[in-house]
Amino acid sequence: MARIELTHVTKRWGGFYAVDDLSLLIDDNAFVTLLGPSGCGKTTTLRMIAGLETPTTGKIVIDGVTVFDSDAGINIPANKRRVGFLFQNYALWPNMTVYQNIAFGLSNIREAGLSVTAEGELIRNPEAKGEARKLTKEEIDKIVARVSAIVKIQPFMERYPGELSGGQQQRVAIARTLAPSPRVLFMDEPLSNLDAKLRLEMRSELQRLHLSTGSTFVYVTHDQMEAMTLATRICLIDNGVLQQYDEPLTVYNRPNNTFVADFVGNPAINFMNARGTQQADGSFRVKLLDGYEASFIPNEKVDIDSWYAAAEKDIAAFRAKERPAEKTNKDVPFKYPIATVTDTAEEKRELDRQDWVIGVRPEFIRISEDGPIEGEVFSAMPTGMETTVRIRVGNYLLTGVVFGGVTYKIGQKVRIGFAGDGATLFSRVNGRLVCCGEVRMA
Amino acid sequence: MLKGRKGQPFYRDFWFWVKILIFVVFLLFLVYPFYTLVVNSFFSTKAEGVTLYNFQRFCQKKYYYQALGNSLKISLIPTLLSILIGVPMAYLMTRFNIAGKIFWHVLIILSLMCPPFLGAYSWIILFGNAGIVTKFLTGLFGFQMPSIYGQGGICAVFTLKLFPYVYLYVSGAMGSIDRSVEECAENLGSGKLRRLLTVTVPVVTPSIAAGALMVFMTALADYGTPGILAGGDFRTLPTLIYNEYLSETGGNANLASAISMIIVVIALLILFLQKAWVARKNYTMSALRPPQITEYHGVKRFWVTLPVALVSLIAFIPQMVVVFCSFVKTNYSNFVFEEGFTLEHYAELGRGLTSQISNTFVYSTIAILFILILGILMSYVIVRRRGKTGGALDMLMMAPYVIPGSVLGLCYIVAFNNLGTGADGTVIKLTGTAAIIIISMIIRKMPYTVRSGSAYLMQMDPSVEEASINLGVSPMKTFLKVTARLMLPGVLSGAIISWVTCINELSTSIMLYTGKTMTITVAAYTNIVRNSVGTGAALASILTVTSGVLLVIVFRASKGKVSFV
Repeated sequence: MARIELTHVTKRWGGFYAVDDLSLLIDDNAFVTLLGPSGCGKTTTLRMIAGLETPTTGKIVIDGVTVFDSDAGINIPANKRRVGFLFQNYALWPNMTVYQNIAFGLSNIREAGLSVTAEGELIRNPEAKGEARKLTKEEIDKIVARVSAIVKIQPFMERYPGELSGGQQQRVAIARTLAPSPRVLFMDEPLSNLDAKLRLEMRSELQRLHLSTGSTFVYVTHDQMEAMTLATRICLIDNGVLQQYDEPLTVYNRPNNTFVADFVGNPAINFMNARGTQQADGSFRVKLLDGYEASFIPNEKVDIDSWYAAAEKDIAAFRAKERPAEKTNKDVPFKYPIATVTDTAEEKRELDRQDWVIGVRPEFIRISEDGPIEGEVFSAMPTGMETTVRIRVGNYLLTGVVFGGVTYKIGQKVRIGFAGDGATLFSRVNGRLVCCGEVRMA
Repeated sequence: MLKGRKGQPFYRDFWFWVKILIFVVFLLFLVYPFYTLVVNSFFSTKAEGVTLYNFQRFCQKKYYYQALGNSLKISLIPTLLSILIGVPMAYLMTRFNIAGKIFWHVLIILSLMCPPFLGAYSWIILFGNAGIVTKFLTGLFGFQMPSIYGQGGICAVFTLKLFPYVYLYVSGAMGSIDRSVEECAENLGSGKLRRLLTVTVPVVTPSIAAGALMVFMTALADYGTPGILAGGDFRTLPTLIYNEYLSETGGNANLASAISMIIVVIALLILFLQKAWVARKNYTMSALRPPQITEYHGVKRFWVTLPVALVSLIAFIPQMVVVFCSFVKTNYSNFVFEEGFTLEHYAELGRGLTSQISNTFVYSTIAILFILILGILMSYVIVRRRGKTGGALDMLMMAPYVIPGSVLGLCYIVAFNNLGTGADGTVIKLTGTAAIIIISMIIRKMPYTVRSGSAYLMQMDPSVEEASINLGVSPMKTFLKVTARLMLPGVLSGAIISWVTCINELSTSIMLYTGKTMTITVAAYTNIVRNSVGTGAALASILTVTSGVLLVIVFRASKGKVSFV
């Protein structure tokens, strides 16, 4: 029903940039998740679109209507934006019954062009000519009946929120948000207060809800699993800066940088430092895991010099951005984790263009008798459906996932290899993705 | 839609106007009157133009500057004594299984809430020149009691009346020290007393200082107690203001204004000293595990309970004595205990003092309605819409502590005595009306409500309001229909405390009352001063019983969680 456009939106408190120059286009009927670690600015972004927070600069357009523009001095107050917002703690009013909670927003609407369909859907057309009016008691009843049927809470209409379970409260909150037919539905970590089992169930229901309402959904979460499973597109933010805005599988398979690669995926991706140069055939000959020789064969050809030139230009452009206040939350390069058995002293040397980071997802670690790398089982965690194994190679630890209930003995010697062409090569200088490809051991 | 500075969008919502309203109220009834007082203190009928004549006179005449010394003495000594009583009381109450703990706690709070002069009065009944105890002791042993009048008596009354401030602040703090802090000291081999003096007491010093400040300010500002117990020519600054104001004609109160200025400056000075000192000693602590309460049995429990019981009972004696005496027959100005009980004092009230009684309840009820509305709005602004005016609002909330009641009364007299001449030639004035007494109550007693309301709101998630705004309800409607209703319990318990203090208010009303607008406190006070002790006792009993009932209601309703200080 509505498309949302953010153009160069910045929100800062003094020198703290909660959101730093964010431009984003959310398509009509999309289900976009804003994903990132806590404090990264995702909730602030959502609140700015809803009008609960005022951006410092930038422009926000919802459904063709500019709701905020710092240059033109436009700021439509939150109560006139018609966006539904589902709060993390549900924010139900404890002094009202379920029915009153849902009907509250409806009884306050007073505009022209109101009509209610036979099914109980509220049709709003504020631009329509005619007298502004309120909804009648019967109309409100009809709408409440419809939305409470969607989330299946009809038996609880006369109860107070305090008498409901967490999951039921969540449903009431959803019904309350849906009642006035919002153009978009915003959800701020809506499932984080539910227990694991209920969360899974609600996740599937939210997906159905998205389908049945046809609304645009924007969903904030720090749980990458929720983002992966629900979204049509993921918007990954860190430190107020947009990291990647793509479909879930693209984010998973082609992460823009080491931060994205690390944040998405559970168990996390395996990082290995590597050193070497590009060969004439386009492959990279590198040394990794303390002495193993390997080739990284890109899926598509990369010219590394022009790649570096483009990356540096991009970084320079970001740094050169005009900022009215010194950014105090500095953009330090992401420190990707490398799992080791004992802590090793960090090597103190200048990184150059021969330094790489190779990322291999756990499902591409293959345990087989003819594997080129020798290791031993460090720990094994079977869940029944799959087993997560950590394998020690020298001082390094690599995590693999094996399907089926395989049991491993701790300390057992195994041989492993890297399968498929889903590995990722990042520059260690700037953490950016160079290309995807295959790691072939020499 | 307006455009603010730097192209920032800016729109005026409901809260913009609320802020304006709050500032207008305080400007009209606090800042402006105080300003006229300041101006007034630099003029005199005895000198031309702007002059320091009043201040010079104050410094030169022993009659005046002695009062300053007296005021300081009767504020400082009770402050120190209150610490000596309040801190051990807090320690005993928070660390041991005192028998009847809640009962003693409520007694202490009740004794804090009654008007101070009432304490003075009942100490006179007991220990005065013709007091019950005095007579008994003299008759039996020929023992001569030290006089209750003058400095010693005033200090004793203030200490017993005001130590609850220290007790309440410190017991709050001691109850939130994490157990591990003390356990750690114990683990490192320090004994109980050493641990108390080197760990526990230093950690709660900011609270001791906060309580001590309240004791000092209240003692410095109180008019009634020194008024009753002065005896001879013992003057303090508040009594001096009253006398000076009355002695001058035509409402020209220049010297009284100058004295008021001196009190306010002292109060400000003490406030800043306290703040500066506490700022260096502010420890933040998160109490995960509240301190352990030592469980004693038998004799040991008796010994820890005894001091608590004694102190609470002694502090509560004034109320009991007053209520008791209101049923005792009198012979002119003395109670005659031999002749049994009577209701004649109450009958007396019915004959001549009904208007005073109704005044008290009508004024305090009107005041409390305004306090409720303003208080709820102001708590919201302070917590949710601080903005650039937050600091100014905090300052306004401190004003009632710094400006004593009698000074505010004088401010109002100076500022509102002549607001111009009406069409028929009469002078338009606010003084002498019921409105001015009600306004003074609102301005002075609102902070209790605001503090309680804002503390309550602080714990409420803002999303509760945002959910409503998000559903299309305007900020104003959201506030009226959602937020205000949810804030009500917090605001109400604060408002009842405001109400109790309005009912017991003396120092401002005594400056502002006329025959028609007299309240119970003023009537009780004047009756006591005029030695009409029976009527005084009956009036005071009405105050005590009403306050007691109201406080027990708040205590019950809030499950003891409301802050009384």
